[in-house]
Amino acid sequence: MIRGQKFKIIKKRMLNPQTGIFVISAPYIAKKHNPGHFIILRVNETGERIPLTIADSDPEQGTITIVVQGIGKTTTMLNSLQAGEDILDIVGPLGNSTHIENYGTVLIIGGGVGTAEAYPIAKGMKAAGNKVIGIIGARTQDLVIFEEEMANVCDEIFITTDDGSYGHKGFVSDILKDMIQKKTKIDLVVAVGPVPMMKVVCGITKEVNIHTLVSLNPIMMDGTGMCGGCRVTVGSEGKFVCVDGPEFDGHKVDFDLLVKRQRMYVNEEKRSLNVFKEHKCKVSP
Amino acid sequence: MKVDKTKIKEIIKTMKIPRETELKIERDKDYRKDLASKMSAQNRNKIPRLRMPQQEPEDRRTNFNEVNYGITPDIAQQEARRCLDCKKPYCVAGCPVGIDIPSFIKLIDKGDFLAAAQKLRETNALPAICGRVCPQEEQCEMVCTTGLSTGSPVAIGHLERFAADFERNAGNILIPSLPAPTGKKIGVIGAGPAGLTAAGSLALMGHSVAIFEALHIPGGVLAYGIPEFRLPKSVLAAEVEYVMNLGVEIVTNFIVGKTATLDDLRAEGYEAFFVGTGAGLPSFMNVEGENLNGIMSSNEYLTRVNLMKAYLFPEYDTPISAGRNVAVIGGGNTAMDAVRTAKRLGAERSMIVYRRSREEMPAREEEIAHAEEEGIEFLLLTLPKRFIADENGWVRAMECVKMKLGDPDSSGRRKPIQIEGSEFILDVDLVINAIGTSPNPLIPQTVPDLRVNKWGAIVVEEETKMTNIPGVFAGGDIVRGGSTVILAMGDAKQAAESIHKYLMR
Repeated sequence: MIRGQKFKIIKKRMLNPQTGIFVISAPYIAKKHNPGHFIILRVNETGERIPLTIADSDPEQGTITIVVQGIGKTTTMLNSLQAGEDILDIVGPLGNSTHIENYGTVLIIGGGVGTAEAYPIAKGMKAAGNKVIGIIGARTQDLVIFEEEMANVCDEIFITTDDGSYGHKGFVSDILKDMIQKKTKIDLVVAVGPVPMMKVVCGITKEVNIHTLVSLNPIMMDGTGMCGGCRVTVGSEGKFVCVDGPEFDGHKVDFDLLVKRQRMYVNEEKRSLNVFKEHKCKVSP
Repeated sequence: MKVDKTKIKEIIKTMKIPRETELKIERDKDYRKDLASKMSAQNRNKIPRLRMPQQEPEDRRTNFNEVNYGITPDIAQQEARRCLDCKKPYCVAGCPVGIDIPSFIKLIDKGDFLAAAQKLRETNALPAICGRVCPQEEQCEMVCTTGLSTGSPVAIGHLERFAADFERNAGNILIPSLPAPTGKKIGVIGAGPAGLTAAGSLALMGHSVAIFEALHIPGGVLAYGIPEFRLPKSVLAAEVEYVMNLGVEIVTNFIVGKTATLDDLRAEGYEAFFVGTGAGLPSFMNVEGENLNGIMSSNEYLTRVNLMKAYLFPEYDTPISAGRNVAVIGGGNTAMDAVRTAKRLGAERSMIVYRRSREEMPAREEEIAHAEEEGIEFLLLTLPKRFIADENGWVRAMECVKMKLGDPDSSGRRKPIQIEGSEFILDVDLVINAIGTSPNPLIPQTVPDLRVNKWGAIVVEEETKMTNIPGVFAGGDIVRGGSTVILAMGDAKQAAESIHKYLMR
């Protein structure tokens, strides 16, 4: 027989209209989770496999937490699920966990939904004795997530919104530049978020030679190194994000290539989402 | 690759036939003697080899239905009569899992097709698969006596497929009676051909077996790699079900090394392990532009289509770019699978780009012939040098150079040499890289003491298939690099016997 593991959604709520947070029963994964790890899930029988970073875990309860921004069909469909429902397949924890040690001062930058992914790293860095400074960036106030969680593990925290509806008006990079100008001591930067944000951050830190880690999320399928769909160029080498990453030296990542590769199926993704939305309208008028 | 007769005769001289006494007891049974007396060897040799009926090329290049239809009982029996029931059945020695080939063939001759299938299952848990994907022409059929005297060996593979299909279609897959439980728990890592075979063999010895599979369904390369038109998923599902009916448990979505380590599983009571995690990582050529959009590994392309059913997009969520001018780089079976898949997905030009000549292609002759019939173009003696992008970062062309063949290299094949000044541009919008794979690193990464060679393949003791860690055995592509389904199964059988000895010592 097939011993299927049940991945039941224990808790679910929307952090904002676009972003859901899920606590899911996954005892094996919860036991092995470390900051930086991700999972691959498939919602249902016709679903695709997508990678999502684990935002938190509770080994005693046997649960993991994921945060999902509804962009394409799969993430939109995920966000329509409720507590009590099952996710068909979850496998993990995948990737290499963040190398955590006492660096001194660590600056953690989370952009958009990336904040949820930056949070376990911030938590780990704090526990290792670092001074942790957090910067959270979002387009607008509604999209700021994990502020409280981050505040709990950061010694200092900054918030930026593109439209100025909350915190500093502008970008995370403004705060970073400001810190560098003020000669704030930073030993390590970890940036997790949209590729353009990570690229800008790395441009700034490279000039002043602050080691910067970025967490990449390219298109991925199996997550075990088998397909090579997640390959990126780091330095002059080809790397597979699933088995060599997901974190890399941000000063060496070819972000332009990454952006292009992320957009490989952009038309198909739009089509898939539209079909899904039309169908949903028909079944739930 | 063709091997000449003298070479084959030399190979035969070195062959040792396994289980000779057992084979002889079968051969001495009355029904065998009866059948043998019915026709002279001379007359048997006069029967022409069967022709496998198949879908017409014009039809099949637009669908994913199986190419070979299979054969009727009459044709199977006639083919079975071609077998001389040799005293020295070298075919058995040529089979990596040592199937008692004359016995199952003579049971077909006798008309007892279910018994033939059961005979197969004594040594092979996956006969319907092997009958379809094994390179018989390099194994059992290569050393067939009928083949050596008439030029066309008995169609052992087609007969194997016939018996297994007959049994499945009759809904009558007999589960052999299992010995008393030994109380030993064994963990098998990977539900591909090696893992399924090891698990099946161990279950037949009375052990309790669980297979841990990384993907969401079992089958490994049989599920994600080999296309429906060569191995229907329903056939795979039935074979997997058979293994489960032997009492084997399959745990999907479970990556040993990540979800739980070998030590965690030991703590759960598993006393021995078989690692059959396959050749995972695709190799790339490291040439300019290789990471452009529209360039992917055959693993990715085939997984999207076979495992994720991207050909049914948007009903299924996984997309695929179909491609109008598709180039597949490589000359192996995987390259043939990919290029024929591209044709079926609607490519106008579906091309093999291979740096040597047709002669050196590692793909099976049958696959190459099927590809040719389907209108696949073969750009032989051609090497891609770089890929050229359009304004959106998609591949639009590749620069190739023509090759000529020099002296044989370490693989025994003639080494391709670039012809200077022969560069040309080929328009393509999808490139599939099928130049090979290297062993999956996940287990070695997470079992630091495990010995691997410089390519990352697990090192095992030749006879026992045991790794340097006591109780941990391995076989198939994780040991061999890129090889075949049947050699993986052969390793797994050997490993299962060693595991049994190890646990019952």
